[in-house]
Amino acid sequence: METPLLSIRQLTVDFKAETGDFRAVNGLSFDIPKGKTVALVGESGSGKSVTAHAILQILSKKAHISGGSIVFNDPQNASYDIAALGAESDAMHALRGGRIAMIFQEPMTSLSPLHTIGDQISEALLIHARVSRGEARKRTMDKLARVGFPDPKRALTTYPFELSGGLRQRAMIAMALITRPALLIADEPTTALDVTTQAQILDLIKELQAETGMSVLLITHDLGVVANIADEVVVMYRGRVTETGSREDIFRNAQHPYLQALMRAVPRFAMAPDERLTPIREIKSATLASAHAPERIEPKGPILKVENLTKSYTLRAGWFSGKMLKIRAVSDVNLSLPVGKTLGLVGESGCGKTTVSKMIMRAMHQDSGRVLFDNGLGPRDVFELQGDALTEYRRSVQFIFQDPFSSLNPRMTVYEILTEPLRIHEIGTPDERYARAKQLLDMVGLDKRSLRRYPHSFSGGQRQRLGIARALALEPRVLLCDEPVSALDVSVQAQVLNLLKDLQSALGLSYLFVSHNLAVVDYIADTIAVMCRGYIVEEAPKISLFRNPVHPYTQALLAAVPDPDIDRPLDFAKLRADRFSAPSQWPEPFRLLHGEAGVMKEIEPGHKVRLSYRAAQEAA
Amino acid sequence: MIRFLLRRFATMAVTLVIISALVFFIIKLPPGDFLTNQIAELRAQGESASIAKAEFLIKQYGLDRPAWEQYLVWIGVMPGPNGFSGLLQGDWGWSFEYDKPVTEVLGDALWLTLLVNLAVVIFIHLVSIPIAIYSATRQYSLGDYIATFIGYIGLATPSFLLALILLYYANRWFDVSIGGLYDAKFAGQPWTWEKVRSLLSHLVVPTLVIGLGGTAAMIRRMRANLLDELGKQYYVTAKAKGLAPRTALLKYPFRMSLNPFIADIGNLLPHLISGSVLVSLVLSLPTVGPILLSALKSQDQFLAGFILMFVAVLTVVGMLISDLLLAWLDPRIRLGGRR
Repeated sequence: METPLLSIRQLTVDFKAETGDFRAVNGLSFDIPKGKTVALVGESGSGKSVTAHAILQILSKKAHISGGSIVFNDPQNASYDIAALGAESDAMHALRGGRIAMIFQEPMTSLSPLHTIGDQISEALLIHARVSRGEARKRTMDKLARVGFPDPKRALTTYPFELSGGLRQRAMIAMALITRPALLIADEPTTALDVTTQAQILDLIKELQAETGMSVLLITHDLGVVANIADEVVVMYRGRVTETGSREDIFRNAQHPYLQALMRAVPRFAMAPDERLTPIREIKSATLASAHAPERIEPKGPILKVENLTKSYTLRAGWFSGKMLKIRAVSDVNLSLPVGKTLGLVGESGCGKTTVSKMIMRAMHQDSGRVLFDNGLGPRDVFELQGDALTEYRRSVQFIFQDPFSSLNPRMTVYEILTEPLRIHEIGTPDERYARAKQLLDMVGLDKRSLRRYPHSFSGGQRQRLGIARALALEPRVLLCDEPVSALDVSVQAQVLNLLKDLQSALGLSYLFVSHNLAVVDYIADTIAVMCRGYIVEEAPKISLFRNPVHPYTQALLAAVPDPDIDRPLDFAKLRADRFSAPSQWPEPFRLLHGEAGVMKEIEPGHKVRLSYRAAQEAA
Repeated sequence: MIRFLLRRFATMAVTLVIISALVFFIIKLPPGDFLTNQIAELRAQGESASIAKAEFLIKQYGLDRPAWEQYLVWIGVMPGPNGFSGLLQGDWGWSFEYDKPVTEVLGDALWLTLLVNLAVVIFIHLVSIPIAIYSATRQYSLGDYIATFIGYIGLATPSFLLALILLYYANRWFDVSIGGLYDAKFAGQPWTWEKVRSLLSHLVVPTLVIGLGGTAAMIRRMRANLLDELGKQYYVTAKAKGLAPRTALLKYPFRMSLNPFIADIGNLLPHLISGSVLVSLVLSLPTVGPILLSALKSQDQFLAGFILMFVAVLTVVGMLISDLLLAWLDPRIRLGGRR
């Protein structure tokens, strides 16, 4: 057998913490063969990223490699045991970025906002190769062109915040690959990106790998991504390898119960209508089992109805110029949420879905259109509510945020967080509030003894459950969930999704569920609306949308979701053309000219698609 | 860019007009003025010649007219007894206390103040930035604790006390008088090489004394800023690229941590004039601080008014400079809002 490019044996990494030492990686061994992609899979906290940082010796100060070896057999050079090199030795500086390069999860924060893309990319080359600045500039331009920048010359002088997430990650890839490294470590390279962009980035990594013959260590928790681009898979759990094997072995014949459990936790399109995800740790709650909806008059029609909602933003084009740019964030949106049901709102980032949910919350005013809320006494326009009616509306509609870390005040205890809504609305005595807080905690499956703790001592999933408990404090009728699981691991995601489902059936809640992940929306929603550039382009009951997606944008979104099933690979060639989010590039009859809104046309019961005026008139 | 500058200049002008009105009326708030007080005093002593002069000055500067007219005359948009002659025409007015034009009273003091405080600012940055980088990169090390400890002592020591102590011991041990900004024998002399040397040697102690508190504060702030930036992902990226630690540190996190200090330039400039009054008094430095203090006490309205206006102009200009610098250094501000 050929010597592997990188061979890790019995690696241990220890962290010094205030609570004592903690072993993040514990006797880890695996190989990365030349020219192959190895996926390192596991939940957050399993030691995946620590392993990557150990390979580059960029561990934080609190961590150090306490044993084992990382042998790097550089085809252009001798072999090194990285674990034995000093973190700041010359040999390590030459390896880092030169022979082993890394790209990170969040392309916005991974690039310095103060330096141009060109500067940051050519810097990598200038450190490792003896080239003149002019030569470095030229090669940077070539690389930028290679990773898909439309105008590489202009890109040299742009700053990261001027680029979209996808282009930023492309710039990161250019930066990593400009030195022609033998190994690329990609730490969750697509987790922060939309599905369509994710597919393009994965495609790009695959192509570049074929071109340069480099090896890739792909760190991810997304089994769908693994099924699509890995050659070999290493599954990590609590700092150890639980299973390794080729992609075929792993997906066809998962041995270890941990991996099996992980696979069952991922939502898939091929799921049976009543099939339930099996999280690794199911939430058990006695309160939830016996909970029932509060007695109140239920509305006859939809509880929430959005009519012709429109919102534009004005942006100043630059600091020094007075030019104003008008951007239509939401155009003529119509939605309807029946009682006790879930409406999924899907689209890429920037499509306006969060703006819609903010307007429903009345956190933002509309330009035109109405939001109707029915509390059982008939629909009323939310924007005209005042005084007591508004307070009651606020109580009835609650929000669950995307980021469980920044949405809880770090200086408040769990008790304070859960009772704050009650205090604001002056509900109950302190004793009753205390009892309610305990009940809420139990409802989301958290220990009652957590009341005195602060948010930072909880994991991401637990924090998201705290956010849900807080939203439930006022016995709302409607929950607006803005990407509630996109910051979570698959195993935790399944747990939170199941919790939301259980809460809905127990408490009779109605959900507006905003997400960019179609598989997640498919699992939880009854009706799905697909949004693009401020327009709803297609709306249908779940089953007909997935059976018969009509709009090209919906089709592209569906095609871009990586399925953790190796028999259903992504069709990269189809996704390569980046045209599906531009209304003027859609094929007839969907094509919308600039400024044209088109019309929604019902093609089967409940299934509506946006067509251009012309096409709609011809059809009529 | 030009449109932006024009807009800024317009708002600056409006700001200054409002400040000048405030300054003038606040100085005029106490009853009477310097000359009426003096006349009352002279009358008590029966000195008619001086009274005649004071009354002449009252006529000359229109102090017998209503306050708003005096204000307009002062800034130079209304003709006074000598026609249009006010701040706008470059006439800074007359100091009654010194019996000299304001220009002459302030003359050297103004630029000596700038000199002392500029030296202080440079001293603060030169000393505190390296120390801050050291203690931020070695957080919770012995060196960090020592720097922190010394910093707290520096913060807690009143600078005038330190000035007194240094004054005493410098005299006792080295037999040098560190008061003043140059040797007493050069007072009123033209600027010669000797005098400049004397000035430089006398500059050391005030710089140290005034700068110490600022240095300590700056170390704390810079350290905190840097610690925030050191945890950021882009610094890990820079290291993963293979940059040597020092280059990576200076190019990325350090550069980012400077932003708040650039934004602070606007506050720094006026501080150059009005700060360090106590120390200047103790060390008998011929700077503007003590002059402003006495001018305010004796209601020497044109002198005080001019100094305050000068500080206001410096503030407004400082803000403009820091805005322009920020825009130049930080592309997020320069290009912000453009997509």
